[in-house]
Order: sequence, then structure tokens, then C-alpha cells
Amino acid sequence: MPAHPRHRRVATTEPAWLRRLLIGLAIGFVGLVLVLPLVAVFTEALRKGIDAYWAALVEPEARAALWLTLGVALFCVPLNLIFGIAAAWAVTKHEFPGKAALITLIELPFSVSPVVAGLIYVLVFGAQGLLGPWLVARDVQIVFALPGIVLVTLFVTSPFIARELIPLMQAQGTEEEQAALTLGANGWQIFWRVTLPNIRWALLYGAILCNARAMGEFGAVSVVSGHIRGQTNTLPLHVELLYNEYQSAAAFAVASLLALLALFTLIVKHLAERLQVRPRAPATAPNIGGIAA
Amino acid sequence: MSIHTRHLDKRFGAVPVLEDINLDIASGELVALLGPSGCGKTTLLRIIAGLETADRGELYLAGVDASDTPARERQVGFVFQHYALFRHMSVAENVAFGLRVRPRARRLDERTIRTRVAELLERVQLQGLEDRYPAQLSGGQRQRVALARALAIEPRVLLLDEPFGALDANVRKDLRRWIRSLHEAIDVTTVLVTHDQEEAVDIADRIVLMNAGRIEQTDTPEALRMQPATPFVAQFLGAPAQGASVAAC
Repeated sequence: MPAHPRHRRVATTEPAWLRRLLIGLAIGFVGLVLVLPLVAVFTEALRKGIDAYWAALVEPEARAALWLTLGVALFCVPLNLIFGIAAAWAVTKHEFPGKAALITLIELPFSVSPVVAGLIYVLVFGAQGLLGPWLVARDVQIVFALPGIVLVTLFVTSPFIARELIPLMQAQGTEEEQAALTLGANGWQIFWRVTLPNIRWALLYGAILCNARAMGEFGAVSVVSGHIRGQTNTLPLHVELLYNEYQSAAAFAVASLLALLALFTLIVKHLAERLQVRPRAPATAPNIGGIAA
Repeated sequence: MSIHTRHLDKRFGAVPVLEDINLDIASGELVALLGPSGCGKTTLLRIIAGLETADRGELYLAGVDASDTPARERQVGFVFQHYALFRHMSVAENVAFGLRVRPRARRLDERTIRTRVAELLERVQLQGLEDRYPAQLSGGQRQRVALARALAIEPRVLLLDEPFGALDANVRKDLRRWIRSLHEAIDVTTVLVTHDQEEAVDIADRIVLMNAGRIEQTDTPEALRMQPATPFVAQFLGAPAQGASVAAC
């Protein structure tokens, strides 16, 4: 096709002023609500100098909060990985009564406020709660301790991976699995060789989102944690604690750590998406283009 | 391998899809299950493959009751209407799949697998496309990859679900001849599902004409046309079929 003469407007684009306006609005919005706060976090964190910044990060309570946060995420993400795959597998590859109810149930944590989620766990496991006396009698502490934090984090983050997988697996259907079956594969082989490779990128994406939320969750964790410094204080809670004590530079220093974790997560996600595109780079228009060829 | 069914019944919920199906296919035959859409022909094919279970009745493969044999043990090659190729695997890996998932005791070594894959791709005339992915192939090529993949397990029965359904008219005719010659070249019983009577007449030794979950008549294409057993058969193979078959002859 010959190149368009420069003065002619391409039929499929908007006029230049409209394009500039829309792009300008988008950039302005991103700058105001995303970039500016991020810059503010780091400038506030470094206001008292790099030494104060570093001191705020390495003091024992901050370190304990960091390890707790990483530990909780390290525990919750793999568990949710298994739960997410199992739930998506059950919902998309099988027919059974109560399926619609299960899908609703999987999404429930998204529609419940995290604070409410925390309260539910206090009501069930707290000293005055449903199972409270039973737990106290056996000297098991769940609320205001690590198990409580892990439980609410699991609750809040449980839909992420399943939600990522279900639409994809629904679109993919079960034909490839059936083909594998007729070719003699057993259930385990079908899962590892057919199902898992087809969902691996969505799985990674879901795990990244799940991890980001597990490390950043404030509301639900705040209700059940008990805020015991050096013990049940996660990073987000530690930030709030410092801020309430007017140690704003330290608070922002710790917040910048969370921001860095988030940025790191975003970079990993970006790399994952690039890797996802590359193996099929030659096939820019799958299916439709393929048939015409 | 011969295929026999006795009094097969199948319902989806309250809807009967197959009623009292008695099918007799001899070893080495090429049989077409023909009928309007929704007549139960694909369900019957899937029951033979083990992808669907009949509510009642028996299925015999090579004379042995296979009603409860799991699909993965039936050694039945199934070609899906939309091919169901493994999208994340290259053509060669797709074809090799059935060989790679064999139990350890019967698994072939890597070199033998490669040789077998090369042979199969040559048979379906796809040499040189080993490293392509399904998304990079045309419909006809995908169809042949699906066939090569099914043939890799040395099936005793080859089941084809609407094998020409998704292809252009001119590709269909070539592929029809080609499948017929493939069937004759390898020792296999072939059952294919189609709603296109011209296709069935052209390719099959015998036609099983189905309607509303029942078999109306089973016979050679000529006999079906000359001696239709029911008004439905006469009507289904009516005027357009004659015109088409005259042109084909």
C-alpha cells in the first residue's frame, strides 16, 4: 500500500487537538494520583538525610515488621496458588451442582470490606468469640498473633489467582484435555503437560497480584494483629504506628520500602508479560489469520 | 478392530440424545455417521472414544465389552472438530505427545520418538513444519497435525468428528480423497461424523443415517438411495444428493 500524503487525515484517527487533549489528560491524571505521591514518599523519607533513612529501616522493630510481612506473603502466596488452581480447575473443567454458588463464594472476599473480614475472625477465634473458650482452654492463640494475621491475609488474597484463571480456563475449554486423554495421558500428565502450560502466565500474574496484596494488606490485618511491636506488626501497620507517633520521616522511610516492594513486583510483572509475548512472536494474529494462510 | 453397540441409551438431563443404538462396524471399514445436527451422532462417537458414558447398553471393541474401559486405555485415535491441538506445543511435540505419556515400561527412547514423529509428519505431508505452533498453521494443516497426533498412538480405531466442517470447500474435497487413501494405507477402522450427505456418500463404505437419537438405516450409499427404509431416509438423501452424486461420478 502506498504511503499516505502527509496532509491527508487517516480515516481511523481522531483530530490532532483531540488526541493531544486526551493524552494530556491521561498523563496529568497519572502524574497527580500516581507519580506525585510516589515522589512524595521518597522525598519525605529522605528529608532527614540518608543516615536517618537507613536507621529507620534497620532498627529492630522495622526489621521484625519486614520479616513478618515477607513471611506472611511467603506462606499465603503458595497456599493461594494451590487453592486458586484447584478452585479454577473445579469450576471450569467440571459440571456439578452448586457450581454457581461456589463461584460467588470464591469472589466473596472481594466484596467484603477487609475490616469486616478481620472482625469476622475476631468474632470466631477471639477470646470472647465462638471458638474462644475452646482455644483458650488449649492455650492456642489465633487472634492478636501470627495465625490470625496469616488467616485474614489468606482470606483477603484468596480470590486473586482463581479470578485470574477462571475466565482464561473457561475460554480454553476442555478439548485439549480430552485430546490428551484419548492419547493415553493420565490425570497427572494432563495437568502438568496440558493444563498448567496453558495457564502459566495467568498463574504468574495472579501470584504477583496476590503477593502485592498480601504484603500491603492493612485493614484486616490491623483488626486481628494486636499491634505488638516487634511481634505482630506488619510493615503497613508499622508505618501507621510511626506516623501516629509523629515520626513522619521514619514512617515514610518504611513506606518507601513497601513502595519499593511494589515497584519490584511491577517490574517482575512487566518482565513476565514480555516473556509471554516472545515465544509466539511470529503469530501476531492467531486462529483467524492462520486459517486464511 | 470391530465396533459393536447393543441397546445404547443416553440422556442429557431429561433430553434423550441416543435411544437403543445397535451399531455393527466390521474391522477395516470406513463408516460415516450421518444426520442433521442434534441427532446424536457426535455423542455416539464420543461414547465409542470413552469421552462420554452411555446410561445403558454395552459397547464392544474387537468383541470385548469395553463399556467401562477408561478412554486412555482404549487406544482410539480421536480427531476433534476444532482439532484441539496443544497450543503451547510445536507441531512435533503435538505429534509426539501420545508417545511421551506412555507408561515408563513402554516408553520409547528419544531417538525412536523423533524418527516416528518424522515418519508421521511425512505421511500427512507436513515435513518442515515441525517447529511451528498451531496458531501459525492453516486450517487444513492443523487438521493434518491432529491426524498425525492421533495416528501416533497406533490406534485400532480412528474417530473423526466433522473432519471437514471447518475447512474451505476446495480443501475439503482434497482432504476427503486423502483420508480415504490414508484409511486404505493403514490397517484401521474409521468412523467419521458428518452432516453433509455428499461427503458421506463420497467417502464411506457404509453410512449410518441417524435422526433424533435413533438409527434410521445402515447401508451402503447406493442401497440407501435405492431402498430407503423410512420416509426420513428418502427425504434426507433426496433431490440434492442425486444431483451432487451424478456430478461426483
